[in-house]
Amino acid sequence: MSRIMNSVALVVLLAGSNVFAQQASSKIDFGRDILPILSGKCLQCHGPDKNQRQAELRLDIEADAKRDRDGHFAIAAGKPGKSELVARVFSNDPDVQMPPAESKLVLSETEKRLLRDWVAAGATYSKHWAFDAPVKSRTDISTRNPIDVFVHQRLKDKGWQAAQPAELNVLCRRIYLDLIGLPPSPQEIDQFLAATKKDRTAAISGLVDKLMKSPHFGEKWARHWLDVARYADSNGFEKDLPRKQWAWRDWVVRALNADMPYNDFIIQQVAGDMMGDPDALVGSGFLRNGMVNEEGAIVYEQFRIEAVFDRMDCIGKAVLGLSIQCAQCHTHKFDPLTHDEYYGMFAFLNDTYEAQSWVYTPQQREQLQKLKSQIAKLEEQIGGKHPAWQADIEKWIAQEKADAVKWSVLDPHEIEWEGGVNHPQREDDTILILGHPTTSGQFYSISKLEAQTITGVRLEGLQHGDLPNFGPGRNYLGTFTISELEVYRKLPTDKDWQPVELANATADFSSPDQDLPEYFRSSSDKGKEKVRRVGPAKYLIDKKVRTGWMPDRGTLIRHTDSAAVVQLKTPLSVPDGTELKIRLQMNHGGDGDPGDNQQLGSLRLSVTSDNGPKATPFDHRAWLAMQVPADQRTADDKTALLRNWRKTVAALKPINDQIAALEKQFPVAQTSVMHPRATLAKHQRETRLLDRGTWNKPKHVVLPGVPAILHPMEATHTGPVNRLDFAKWLANEKSPLTARVHVNRIWQAIFGVGLVRTSEDFGTRSARPEYLEMLDWLAVNFMESGWSQKHVIRTIINSQTYQQSSRSSGESYNRDPRNQLLARGPRFRVEAEVIRDIALTASGLLNRKMGGPSVFPPVPANVLEYNFGRMHYWKVAEGAERYRRSLYIFRKRSMPDPVLTSFDAPNSDFACARRVRSNTPLAALVPLNEPVFVEAARALSLRVLREAAPNDEARTEYAFRLATSRHPTQYEKTTIQDLLTKLRNRLADGWLSINEVATGDPKTKPNIPEKSTPQDAAAWTLVARVLLNMDETLSKN
Amino acid sequence: MGTRNQMSNQQQIQSEQARYLTRRWFLGECGVGLAVMALHTLQQQEASAAPSPLSPRAPHHRPKAKRVIYIFQAGAPSQLELFDPKPELAKRSGQLPPAELLKGYRSAFINPNSNLLGPKYRFIPSGQSGVEYSEVLPQTSSMADDICLIRTINTPAVNHAPAQIMMNSGSQQFGRPSFGSWMTYGLGSEGDDLPGYVVLTSARGTSGGASNYGCGFLPTIYTGVPFRGKGDPVLYLSNPAGIDSEAQRDSLNALRKLNQATLDQIGDPETAARIQNYESAYRLQTSAPELMDLSQESKQTLDSYGIKSPTESTFARNCLLARRLLERGVRFVQLFHEAWDQHSNLKARVKSNAVNTDQGSAALLKDLKQRGMLEDTIVIWGGEFGRTPMVQGGDDGRDHHNRCFSMWLAGGGIRGGMAYGSSDDFGFNVAENPVHVHDLHATLLHLLGFDHERLIYRFQGRDFRLTDVHGHVVKGILA
Repeated sequence: MSRIMNSVALVVLLAGSNVFAQQASSKIDFGRDILPILSGKCLQCHGPDKNQRQAELRLDIEADAKRDRDGHFAIAAGKPGKSELVARVFSNDPDVQMPPAESKLVLSETEKRLLRDWVAAGATYSKHWAFDAPVKSRTDISTRNPIDVFVHQRLKDKGWQAAQPAELNVLCRRIYLDLIGLPPSPQEIDQFLAATKKDRTAAISGLVDKLMKSPHFGEKWARHWLDVARYADSNGFEKDLPRKQWAWRDWVVRALNADMPYNDFIIQQVAGDMMGDPDALVGSGFLRNGMVNEEGAIVYEQFRIEAVFDRMDCIGKAVLGLSIQCAQCHTHKFDPLTHDEYYGMFAFLNDTYEAQSWVYTPQQREQLQKLKSQIAKLEEQIGGKHPAWQADIEKWIAQEKADAVKWSVLDPHEIEWEGGVNHPQREDDTILILGHPTTSGQFYSISKLEAQTITGVRLEGLQHGDLPNFGPGRNYLGTFTISELEVYRKLPTDKDWQPVELANATADFSSPDQDLPEYFRSSSDKGKEKVRRVGPAKYLIDKKVRTGWMPDRGTLIRHTDSAAVVQLKTPLSVPDGTELKIRLQMNHGGDGDPGDNQQLGSLRLSVTSDNGPKATPFDHRAWLAMQVPADQRTADDKTALLRNWRKTVAALKPINDQIAALEKQFPVAQTSVMHPRATLAKHQRETRLLDRGTWNKPKHVVLPGVPAILHPMEATHTGPVNRLDFAKWLANEKSPLTARVHVNRIWQAIFGVGLVRTSEDFGTRSARPEYLEMLDWLAVNFMESGWSQKHVIRTIINSQTYQQSSRSSGESYNRDPRNQLLARGPRFRVEAEVIRDIALTASGLLNRKMGGPSVFPPVPANVLEYNFGRMHYWKVAEGAERYRRSLYIFRKRSMPDPVLTSFDAPNSDFACARRVRSNTPLAALVPLNEPVFVEAARALSLRVLREAAPNDEARTEYAFRLATSRHPTQYEKTTIQDLLTKLRNRLADGWLSINEVATGDPKTKPNIPEKSTPQDAAAWTLVARVLLNMDETLSKN
Repeated sequence: MGTRNQMSNQQQIQSEQARYLTRRWFLGECGVGLAVMALHTLQQQEASAAPSPLSPRAPHHRPKAKRVIYIFQAGAPSQLELFDPKPELAKRSGQLPPAELLKGYRSAFINPNSNLLGPKYRFIPSGQSGVEYSEVLPQTSSMADDICLIRTINTPAVNHAPAQIMMNSGSQQFGRPSFGSWMTYGLGSEGDDLPGYVVLTSARGTSGGASNYGCGFLPTIYTGVPFRGKGDPVLYLSNPAGIDSEAQRDSLNALRKLNQATLDQIGDPETAARIQNYESAYRLQTSAPELMDLSQESKQTLDSYGIKSPTESTFARNCLLARRLLERGVRFVQLFHEAWDQHSNLKARVKSNAVNTDQGSAALLKDLKQRGMLEDTIVIWGGEFGRTPMVQGGDDGRDHHNRCFSMWLAGGGIRGGMAYGSSDDFGFNVAENPVHVHDLHATLLHLLGFDHERLIYRFQGRDFRLTDVHGHVVKGILA
């Protein structure tokens, strides 16, 4: 008997999700029945990829498939006998048979018959369902819940009954878990139950409204988006240094709580940096959530391109629901997406800096705004006090330029980081150092000179978009320290480098002479030697590596260019072909914590033959602005000129002093965010198709563009299209995919499985969903609602379909094991984060504080010790911080959190659109024994003793409710009380230590409430542990 | 299953039902079913043999090996000091390499046009086969007749993390399943209580981190499970303080009753699976410590591995644990030993690393052989890439080198006593018989009974393989 049932079940499962559809309609549907066969078994050689194409035949294009080929037809519509396709799929002749044996693809008999019948019926083609925009197939739905209309109709057609409504307390918990990810308290359940007595429907929708207003709503729903957005708190790869990206995580929580329209949600995340809105800029951190390789000796460009691939993959899964990654290396084999089209989309994302900017709190932002407007007002006053100011600035510029040292920029033929840990790169006449953030090291450049006399060398530190806060340094502030600047020469007759004596170093700005700031100190500053010094330019040439030139102007105004000039002790006259080596030592870094290097990221080196060269007495930024013709100066140039000119005017001293005082009040930003930033014209990148996706094999130029199969991009402005246009295109209402993909993901979060099971792939290989019309209806309705995510969620929760009981009899289970037709409610083990949050909530330990830096959970020493990099920053959260929601647990990519991973939380190496749900013995050990769960069991015990009536009956009732939200049955009560009795006996007899069980320490007594005993605390700790491990506790029922 | 004896008939029937439902759940919901079943349909096997995603399964063809121990020597051991004798390199030590050699070559740290550096150690013909091994590997070379030394491995990656990921998953991009995951997915496990794929680490953490043994897009159950040399061998294995085994058993009995009531009420097969898993976890609480406890091993065995203290976590101890894991049905054991990145201090560190690993590796081979396990176990020894024949720094370091390096294999289906492939005079390029990482993977899968082109998993609409779209079985190393 069971054997027979087995095979029946297998047939159902193997046939996949088409089984009901085929029963429902015997008519062959191209998209549902034929395209998956073609796409899986034929298109590899007869599809979009022209490099793989055989026999000049495309089966994905109707006209080509039906073309007359000298009287032969691959497909002769209505005539299977004359169709080569039919003949070949049924052939056993290895020379004729399709697919050919070497492809290792085999058609089943059913598939062969389907193909034949389809040809016989006229071989009608239609577009894959997901590439046509969704429409509402029914317009008659107004008052009833649309989900119920579709589901009940379908169940009626099948002759099935929908399940009974779920019990109210079960439903209450289900709604809490789905909307805020936390279980209700017994009081909240009682409130809800009371409200249902008056009006069940109103009580439910009232609860939904209430919970949607809860700030915890955003926390729960953010987690789903964080998965697909591959959010993590570390950079990945070998170094895997911690990163600060939590401002983006909090942005998501806020956006969801505010019900930001989903189209804006996408636009800001893909191009928020281009919208002139500091909040949207944080949103664009989405693109930067991927991994960053900081291993020694990497070629930066290789991993920058890898990162753009990752962004494409992420957008494909998150927004488009397409596996576009395939087209990275070649034209997609199944979906109509060419290799060129991939790079067309890639081009939109390719042209950015890997930027990092400060993030201010709203209060700080306001304060900053105020200070800036006060400064602007003071600058306006200059016009009153000094009416000729504009002309005087120009005069000043002319004078300074006339007096200026004439520099000639070196054109080095060799630029190296000694030891090769970094690979500096040329960008026009500047040099860019990215990659491994080593905390000490030496850079040098070697240039060939023509015959000349050299009197001095200038080092410029220049701003660059790839550096934190534009640089010019690579530390977390964007500043740098140069420990030593050395010059060597090699005359054509010399064999070896000869040092050149230096004198008189000056800089446009130097910090006051001081000890190295705390953040950059290393173990070398804590030993016998004195703390390293930083400050004046003279430290550049004092031949001491423990002193260095640091130009740090202070909060916010530090983000600017700097220059230092060193003179040659005696002018050096060199013949043609002399080589000049300039060596920079950058040894003022710390121990390798994030951003504690002191590298100069973007620099330029020049020489002069002028006498006694010195740095300008004003900001180098102004010198740079002076080199720009007056009519081409940017606002930034003008600001720099005004700022520096006014300081030369004695009469303006009071204003200058006031401005300086205001600048000192600039707030220190709360945190920073990694984000993309559009490149400046001089750094614009041309995108080329990469041969087989290989970073250093560029082929022809590809212009930004979108795939032809999807909706066209609407021109909204003149000039070339950019990433913002791409973002708007992604979120356009004409997109056949965007709304569907997101509605499906919401569905997946609530029902455990999407209406389209492969929520990351809506392409031709994805099965047509059972409830496509419903998905489409919801998608259109989602857009009509103004892309309100809360609207979609509310529609689902308010449906009877959602509110059904999840119980299943053997029969109802067997007829639809995966609940595809929705004749019962959702039931599944909750996500990793929710499991932990349930334990924290039930025990009363949960700390509801929102946002901020991620917290470090306790991780066993034998896990921590096997990290490649140092982990001393891992300061385990104690006290209330330890019990923050799981959303705030620090996610280190190379050391996935052992608790969350056991329950399938992804480690964010790449975008994850759906979690697999496993059920393993290793996972069982976690809520039994992991320290935070054990602490939760102890806390739950004390809570029960504190809050329930002082007898085991009442406590059992209360504890059970805290864990499961329902009352225990008599059998359950008996089971628990039997356990209690046995435990109490063993505790009383001394077999178990009361203190140790209740507190973890044989010497520490439990802090028991009134009317309870230490033995109660111990016995109830063990019972609480059982309750927190119950299937029902771990599940959404 | 230890508790079965205590069960009544009724309970047994319920338990059988639970198992049936569990299996259905695995097939239906956890995403394992269809792919694995597809594998079976190809084989036209009796499909009902699969009670869980880890139950043993037959591969595509009759396998030569059923188990793997992969000794991953992370950091990139120098083939020029260990495996690949280069007299010409010794002769030309201190000279610049020929210019044509460096065309299009990219090294990691050094300027490729750096002086050649002769091998630091002598090579000795070993065994009857006479394959040459370095003098620093006296124990390994004593097993030369069982080993197939491949001297022409090559990989596209030249930085540690991407290269480790490449060697372990066939891709430089993170997120693909590791070899061990693929194998466990394909074959299941023969152990009742232990995971199918176990990881042991010595020295320090690896560059690739947990992704080195990650399951990528395969179900989580195929992830490598680290067993720890210190503390709990399996995370969270020990009961909380104060809970003895009786209290634990009583608690789990109550839990089982409560969960059984839920199963009866709601009928969700996931509950049945959970009931089973709490019982398995309970058994693991006994079996894992028993596994890690070397007190039953003879002094002779401990000595042969070079284990000085049976409780100290060392490479040698991990070698012995690997054998013990295989004995208990684990399919794939991977040892990570991150120690070989000799940019400097080459001579001394290669020696000390050899001292730390040579004996354990060789003893493992001998032990397996003696127990008749080597004939159906593959042992793999190697790192993520090799090292340059050019010097780094003064005269005692080598940079990363991806074009040609060495690994060895031994055991089931492998032809012992041979060196496969040869490098050029400098050990720089492959001269004959290159073996790409994909070829290595294809060959290993072949030995395990798989056609590497058919061991697939559909994700994102694409059928993924360990070998991507590449890989050829290296026939020359098959027994």
